[in-house]
Amino acid sequence: MPVKNERPAATSAIPRKNRAPLAWVGNGFLILLALLAAYILVSNFVRSPILFLQNVLDGLKLGCVYALIALGYTMVYGIVKLINFAHGDIFMVGAFTSFFAVAQFRLHRWPEMVFPGVPAGLSIVIGSITVILLAMVVCTLLAITIERVAYKPLRDAPRIAALITAIGVSFFLEFFGALQFVFSPRFIPYKAPFDISAWYIKDGIHRIQSGQASPDNTISFSNIFLIILAASVLVQLFLQFLIRRTKIGIAMRATSFDKPTARLMGINVDRVISFTFAIGAAFAGMGGVLYAIAYESIWTQLGILPGLKAFVAAVLGGIGNIPGAFVGALIMGQAESLTMSYISTPMRDAVSFTILIIVFLVRPTGIFGEPAGEKA
Amino acid sequence: MADSNAPGALLEIGEITKYFGGLCAVKAFSLSLPQGALWGLIGPNGAGKTTVFNLITGLIPLSAGNITLDGERIDGLEAHEVTRLGVARTFQNIRLFSSLSVLDNVRIAYHSHVEYGLTDTFLRTKKFLDKEKDLTDQAIDFLSIFKLDGIAEEIAKNLPYGEQRRVEIARALACNPKVLLLDEPAAGMNPREIIELMDLIHFIRDRFKLTILLIEHQMRVVMGICERITVMDFGEVIARGTPKEIAGNQTVIEAYLGKGVATSAAG
Amino acid sequence: MELSYLFITIVKMAVLIAWIYGLTWGLARKALWQKALTVLLAFGVIQLAFLAQFGDFALFSVFDQDLLYQAVTMAMVCLGLNLIYGFNGQFSLAQWGFYGIGAYAAADITYRWSNGDASGFLVVGLGVIFAGLAWIGVGRLLRLRRGIPVLSAFTFYLIAVVIAGVAALYAGRALASSMAPLFGTTAAPGPLSSPVVAQIVFFLAVIFAGAFAAEVSFLFGLPVLTLGSDYFGIATLGFAIVVQTLMVNSDTILPFPEMKGGRGMIGIPKLTSWVTAFIFLMLVVVLVRNFVRSSTGRATMSVREDETAAKAMGVNVAGSKLLAFVLGSFVAGIGGGVYAHYIGFLSPNTFSFIAGFNPLIIVVFGGLGSMTGTLAAAFAWIFFLEGFLRVLLGQMGTEAPTWRFVLYPITLLLLMLIRPQGLLGSVEWGFLKADRVVRRSQTKGETTAGDAPAQQKELS
Repeated sequence: MPVKNERPAATSAIPRKNRAPLAWVGNGFLILLALLAAYILVSNFVRSPILFLQNVLDGLKLGCVYALIALGYTMVYGIVKLINFAHGDIFMVGAFTSFFAVAQFRLHRWPEMVFPGVPAGLSIVIGSITVILLAMVVCTLLAITIERVAYKPLRDAPRIAALITAIGVSFFLEFFGALQFVFSPRFIPYKAPFDISAWYIKDGIHRIQSGQASPDNTISFSNIFLIILAASVLVQLFLQFLIRRTKIGIAMRATSFDKPTARLMGINVDRVISFTFAIGAAFAGMGGVLYAIAYESIWTQLGILPGLKAFVAAVLGGIGNIPGAFVGALIMGQAESLTMSYISTPMRDAVSFTILIIVFLVRPTGIFGEPAGEKA
Repeated sequence: MADSNAPGALLEIGEITKYFGGLCAVKAFSLSLPQGALWGLIGPNGAGKTTVFNLITGLIPLSAGNITLDGERIDGLEAHEVTRLGVARTFQNIRLFSSLSVLDNVRIAYHSHVEYGLTDTFLRTKKFLDKEKDLTDQAIDFLSIFKLDGIAEEIAKNLPYGEQRRVEIARALACNPKVLLLDEPAAGMNPREIIELMDLIHFIRDRFKLTILLIEHQMRVVMGICERITVMDFGEVIARGTPKEIAGNQTVIEAYLGKGVATSAAG
Repeated sequence: MELSYLFITIVKMAVLIAWIYGLTWGLARKALWQKALTVLLAFGVIQLAFLAQFGDFALFSVFDQDLLYQAVTMAMVCLGLNLIYGFNGQFSLAQWGFYGIGAYAAADITYRWSNGDASGFLVVGLGVIFAGLAWIGVGRLLRLRRGIPVLSAFTFYLIAVVIAGVAALYAGRALASSMAPLFGTTAAPGPLSSPVVAQIVFFLAVIFAGAFAAEVSFLFGLPVLTLGSDYFGIATLGFAIVVQTLMVNSDTILPFPEMKGGRGMIGIPKLTSWVTAFIFLMLVVVLVRNFVRSSTGRATMSVREDETAAKAMGVNVAGSKLLAFVLGSFVAGIGGGVYAHYIGFLSPNTFSFIAGFNPLIIVVFGGLGSMTGTLAAAFAWIFFLEGFLRVLLGQMGTEAPTWRFVLYPITLLLLMLIRPQGLLGSVEWGFLKADRVVRRSQTKGETTAGDAPAQQKELS
């Protein structure tokens, strides 16, 4: 009796068993590349461990934001096999929503405006959370609208049609937003809902006073860094719970595995798909707000590169695999941060995508990916 | 339980095994197919029959074992190389080149023997023009054998199911194979079509001097035309013999119908 | 004002489409003299239109000429992409990157040449030739051993190209320095500075640039095409981004100070004229068409239809994908070379991966698997989008470029909803069509000895 139903491995540039002749040449080449990378990392670490660790922390910050975006890509691809190019722009919309909420409506301080006796600190905390929630809601609604209007009608059309539509939606969001009366094409300095406090580590943790720079040769971090870190971990845990323990989570898994059968089992596939888009967008929106707070300026094409890198992260981890997307995003964050510091800033995008290509050659389905099979 | 290793067997399959991760799909399958044979491969769904075909044709790699065609080892070769050496097949779910014409489907099968190269193609040399014309004439002649030349320019996906099957068989034959593997050629056919198919299979075996191995579920086809039958279940060979022997074989009946039914059927 | 301009634009587009139709029809005529006449007329009609300037009025304004060159280069890039995606079924976003590689490569050669330096020409030319020869050799050697994994093959090709490149570098430089005096000085130009030589160098530069793009695509495609269609598409996206980054840093990471990185390369001699543009367009169209209408072309299409079945029918699927990819990139590189020399400057922004979606959209719009559709769509796209919309929206204020990108996705969405197979589907005109097969008399109902048993008619 069949024990486990596993499907055959995806084609890989490296054969599974190295019975192939001259396999050592190709593998040797990859090993050389890995050694080169290791050399760069180790020598830089040795030269200045503090700087190295600082870069790691920066990479962590970046990676966690990418993780929030990557979730949406991986879940949507898993369920409808669509690369939702517009997802990065949803991230941008989240950032802009929070900007308007804070700058125009001062939403981040609503408790003390509604209930005058509330202390400022508490008010800011509640207000900020409200701002984030608002951004998430807006993004969710936007994503559901896009899905119903643009993607759903094309579900049975050839894949390229949906892909082109996704590209179109992405352009639309970026350039409609760039119109003067919407967001304008400028870079907009972002006013955070709460003040950024930073600390540095040297013989214990010390507060960096505002206006001061962090002292040399110390590792510093900020409250937004901690928030980002906490948020992405919590989101991961939440999603694991959602996927495994709730009905909708099981429905999502069933639909991504075999849509027709899921439908026959009584699952409302359309609703599950909308829900998937919604959840992904919500977290992208959250990511947008946090990114804006951390990096302090926004513009309408904000979502393009982070979106792309988050997508690469999702693929890296194994598309369709949620913890995989997190790991992939962390890797992408580290790669970017370390490249910026040790090679050069302009090269960071090139390095990120080169990593992608190399991972594809070694393990095409990603780190945790399910190999796809094909019946003849 | 291997067949006698008949000297000069055209296709020699030696204890091939295939694992998909932890699942063993095919276990120590052996077969000695002599030249000119018309044999059948049967078994319940999931027994591993199509996997055996995929292994023979090189679409998936072996985990263990070896396959020899006309004295030459063909395991480990790329699928297109196996085809060029003389093994052609049809598929369980018809896999024609759906938006191409019937003629193009056949001409693609000729591509591996095409007698002009890229330079001729780009420069449109006399050689190209002549060889291309020859190739097309040959293809049409070939189709006329199957009475398909009338629909040569029809797009494959527009044809009725029965005709698509014929085209697929014709296309496989256009590869000029020594061995033809037919995967459930009678699937979806009504009794009249099945009789025509059986005639067709006999015809092509004689006309093209083929050796044929076919997977089938329709027992009238298997019993009707196969000279010998190999039965698989759960990846292993469970019986071999003539149709008569197989029909009365207890293990085979149990494999298809389950234990307990066999005794009441026999009794 | 706008309405009459719209009308004129539509007329121009119609004229160009008719021109394309006439060209394809004429080339389908059997006799050689008919074909030659067609080519001459096609060239002549447009050339005359260029020259038809009566005082202030020009039949084909400078702006129109600009659009025409853009359309021609876009058509070349799109024909290449159609080969890769429309005919071979491999979704690639790298086409624009190869376009850019071709543009920069050709530009560098002629820029240096116009400054009395033959090194660009020689190094690239020799490099392309040496690498090509080295690879043919490596290919022969690799074929001796069965089952060598792709990554190892890739490593061998990489080593070969590095050696070839270094050899070309030294040889080229040495030759160039010995040729330097032949350029003469600005006051007393030597034979190598003459405009005739410049045109020849330009012509060869474009071809070398195309070959260079093709060789890069070979190296990239070899390991990456083994991945399934989706992953391949993503990898090509990554490639396009890496190429753009390299362009932005061409003066820092790469040793090409004249390319001036992100600021853009200027001073490229404007050597493209309608003569050369037309010649290259014809070259590309004929090359692609001859490839598609052949056994290799059919095999290419079979890969798109069903890879597994293609393999089972003896088609070397991996080889077919690589061939289509390399040919498509060659054509894109040529387009880039032509483009660089009509516009005179290059900026990495032109080659962003976002702009890389344009050829994809044009190819889908015109109909995947239709060369005619690609040609027509490329021309229509440029004239309508760049021509009409830009002028129209330009009159609407400074926000015009932005509004273009708002209308264009809406158009896309409508297109996908209403006609996803594109305007022309797989219809072809004139000589781009597959030849009609001369049919023998039909033998339905008769059985000749040696024929298959008769099949009764389906009772449906």
